[in-house]
This record gives sequence, C-alpha cells and structure tokens, in this order.
Amino acid sequence: MIELPALGWQSIVIFVVFALSLLIATYCTYAERVIAAFLQDRVGPDRAGPYGLAQPLADAVKMFTKEEFFPGGANKALFVFGPCLAMITALMSSAVIPFGNIMNFGNNLFFLQGIEVNIGMLWVFGVVSLGVYGVMIGGWASNNKFSLLGAIRAASQNISYELAMGMALIAVLMISGTLSLRDITLQQSVAGEWHVWNIVKQPLGFIIFLVCAFAETNRTPFDLPECETELVGGYHTEYSSMKLGLYLFSEYVNIFVVSAVMSVLYFGGFNFPFQYELRDWFVSSQGWELASAQNLITLLGTVGLFLKIFAFIFFFMWIRWTLPRFRYDQLMRLGWTILIPLAVFNIVLTGGLILAGVI
Amino acid sequence: MQLTNRAKKLEKKPMTLAERAYLPAIFQGLSITMRHFFMKKATVRYPEEVRPFSNTFRGLHVLKRDEQGRERCTACGLCAVACPAEAITMVAGERKKGEEGLYREEKYAISYEINMLRCIFCGLCEEACPKAAVYLQPDKMAPPRYERDEFIYGKDRLVEPVSPDERSVRGIQLTADQATTLRARIG
Repeated sequence: MIELPALGWQSIVIFVVFALSLLIATYCTYAERVIAAFLQDRVGPDRAGPYGLAQPLADAVKMFTKEEFFPGGANKALFVFGPCLAMITALMSSAVIPFGNIMNFGNNLFFLQGIEVNIGMLWVFGVVSLGVYGVMIGGWASNNKFSLLGAIRAASQNISYELAMGMALIAVLMISGTLSLRDITLQQSVAGEWHVWNIVKQPLGFIIFLVCAFAETNRTPFDLPECETELVGGYHTEYSSMKLGLYLFSEYVNIFVVSAVMSVLYFGGFNFPFQYELRDWFVSSQGWELASAQNLITLLGTVGLFLKIFAFIFFFMWIRWTLPRFRYDQLMRLGWTILIPLAVFNIVLTGGLILAGVI
Repeated sequence: MQLTNRAKKLEKKPMTLAERAYLPAIFQGLSITMRHFFMKKATVRYPEEVRPFSNTFRGLHVLKRDEQGRERCTACGLCAVACPAEAITMVAGERKKGEEGLYREEKYAISYEINMLRCIFCGLCEEACPKAAVYLQPDKMAPPRYERDEFIYGKDRLVEPVSPDERSVRGIQLTADQATTLRARIG
C-alpha cells in the first residue's frame, strides 16, 4: 500500500481536472459542430479566430448576455437549482478517475488522480445517477408539459439503462475483484506479465456498457428527453441564457466523464502497449534513472488516456450524426428485453469462464 | 385490383438475425458518414473565396462612357420601357453649351436610377439600349445593405468612372488577381 499523497497535491489535481473537464466540454461544443459539418460535407464554424477556434468563447458570450427568462408559475428556486445540480454532478464524477500513474519527485510519490478510493466506480455511478435529478427538477419546475414529459423520459430512461450498465460493470468487477478505478487500470497491465485490456475479456460487456453510456448521457440515438420533434426542447424548453448553457454543458462534461470511465474500464486507462519495455529501454540503454523513466512513462500514459477519451468523444459525435433517434417504445424494449438479459448472460458467461480458468 | 402491369409485388420477409441485431446496419451507416468526413467539402468560404461567375453572368449594372469619356446614355427611356420589373426611372435633360465633353448627345439623363431590389437582372435593358450605354457586368453583384433606400442606385454609383482603374470600387470588391483572371477569361 502506497501512502496517500498530501492533501495539497490532491486539491491541485482536483482543480486541474475541474479546469480540464470544463475546457474539454467547451471545445466539445466546437468539435461537435465541426464534426457534424464534416460528416455532412460542410466546413463548420470557421469565422471566429483561426479555424473558428474562438467560437466557444463567442457562444459563451452569447449565452451569458441573453435574457434570463422565468416562465410564469415556475418554481423559481428549483428552476435555478436544476441546471446547477446537473452541472455539479457532472463535474463531481471525474474526481476519482485515474488520469495517470504515479509521479516520483525525489522519493515523493504523487498520484495523477483526484481521490483514490476503493469505491471509485461506485462513486461514479452514484454521482452520475444523481445527475438525472438535475434534469427532473428542471423539467418539473418549468411548469410546462413538454418539459415535464422530457424530464419523465429522462428519468425512466436513465433508470432502465442504469440497470444494464451496472450489470455490464459487474462482469468487469468479477474479473478485477475491486471497485477502485486505479486498481482496475493497473490490473490491465502488470510488469513482466502478459496482460490484456478488459475489452478482450469483456467484448459483450463493453458493447452493453457503450450503448447504456449513450442512453445515460442522453445522446443520440437515445436523446428522447430533448427530442425536439416531439417535445419542443424537452426538459430545457423553458430555459434560456446560461441556465440552458449549463444543461448543454453538463451533457458534454458527462460525455467526457463516461468516455474516461470506458477508457479506464475496458481500454486499459493510462496503460499503453509496451510501456514497461520502453521504461526498461530508457533505463538500460539510455542510462536514465528508474524514477525519471517511470515519470516519462506516466506522462505518456496520461497523454494516451486522453487520446482514448478523445477517440470516444469523437465516436459519440460520429454516432450522433449517423443514427436517427429511437422511438420511445423501441428504447424501452431495447433496454429491458435485450440489454438486461444480455447483461445477465454476460455475467453468467464471465462466471463460467472464470471457473474454467480462461480469464 | 391491378391498375398497371408495372406493379411490383412486395413481400415483407421476416428480418434476419443480422438485421434484427441492428449492429451491422449501424456499422454500415458509420462507414458511410466516415466516408463523407474525408470527402471534398461543398462550402465556398465566401469573402475569402469567390465562386467563379459564369461569363454570361448578369450582375450589377453600369452606365458606360464612350472612348472620349462622355456618357453614352441619351435618356431615351427604352430601357425603362423594356424593364419587366419597372426598376428603372430617369429624368432627361438638355445638354448645355460647354458640356460637350461630358455627354455625347444633346439629350442626357439628369438622373438615372435603378432599384436593385426590384431588378430581376434579366438583361432586357441591355438589349433594349440603342446607344450601348447600359450593361450588366459579369463580375459584380449588388452587395447587401442595411437600408432599402441604399439599393436605389443613382448615377453616382452607376456611371462608369472616367479612369478605368477606379472600376470595381462599387459592388463586390474583387481582389486584383481575381479581377485579372476574370477579365482574362471573359476576354
């Protein structure tokens, strides 16, 4: 057991992760528009700044300067509380994600992770499922039937898909035997042994998890809570100004977090192929110290993790501009009659394979 | 009831497992969108990139001068008569002594206005003109304006400048390169 790093270091990491989540979410809005444009043979926003890179700033200024509107009969306090809760929960969940291994500076070890707890995965799940309250409260407080319908849809959809998601996760936990995201990551690559990422051991589980992740983040093809053809704008119909901005923003933060979780659970987190060989090569043939070689590998691993995350974020957007949205009954049928039985089957299969000693 | 012999009988076959699983169809769709990701984009980034005009393009009008720099227009009104959109109005006046260098004939247009919001750029005025005075330029468009009255082009904006270098000052501003290539292409 490595002793926990100092509290000061933890708060720095938390702050950096917080800033990074916001920055990535900001540029997700830009990436979404550019990717959408490219998939449709257009070029997307390119007026503000070089390649339109200042577009998120322009959007933010627009959002902040728009009129704050409160619908008549709305519960004002809850109306404000809704987007706040959505944003808070979205930002909280990234605290436990290991963004990198250990840095070693003069025999002081620093985790590149906000909080290392042995219930990391549970924390992510708990906080993410709180996020639906933001949507529900906002939709209910709007005093608008479309908002309410959107909120109800969001709630039932999240609950339905959380079941399958949790069960897909259980199969991972059966292999790893721990809820700590750091330990799950480390298990996917151990020095001196041939270890593979969990995606190889859990292909079915990954697909279930991926589909549920789309539903959990309210992304197309499961974006029925904000289905504009049926519900005007869904739960944020009555929202304007930055309160709407917070809802849209929290969606992107959620995508970032869920991409990070998927990278950690199934794609080896901060591990990358041949990292130990690379470290040993630096030590043996370049004459580096073990600590500095390890630090370099840690940094490369962090970069690798972010590449995995960005790949997932791109995939989310790619799917959005490819697939049409499901009908609500199709969504429910997929969740309850296909994904949950599949997830149970996956658990049984994993158990059988563990008993047989294959994985 | 069969109405034509071209009717095709369609059978609704039960879906295969691959179709029901939906995933192959998703991958197919993803590959299609990914192909579009790398395709050539249809967008023309307008102010920086000008889409080439056809050399028969009928754009903003110009009132030409003759070789000695005199206005060709004699305010005969044939263009206004020919105009299907009734966009052209003019007031005729008599040339005074000493104005021979300004106007080619004894009669000239004191004012000549084209309403670019009415104009349909059909080019009938150009065809009607007996003095070869009004032309629709192939390289200029009426640019957007904030006010409606700014679209009523008077002689100040229609008559060709005396010095040829001052052309392209009005209307859409082309860069020097673009103007040269366009002129070369038009001939």
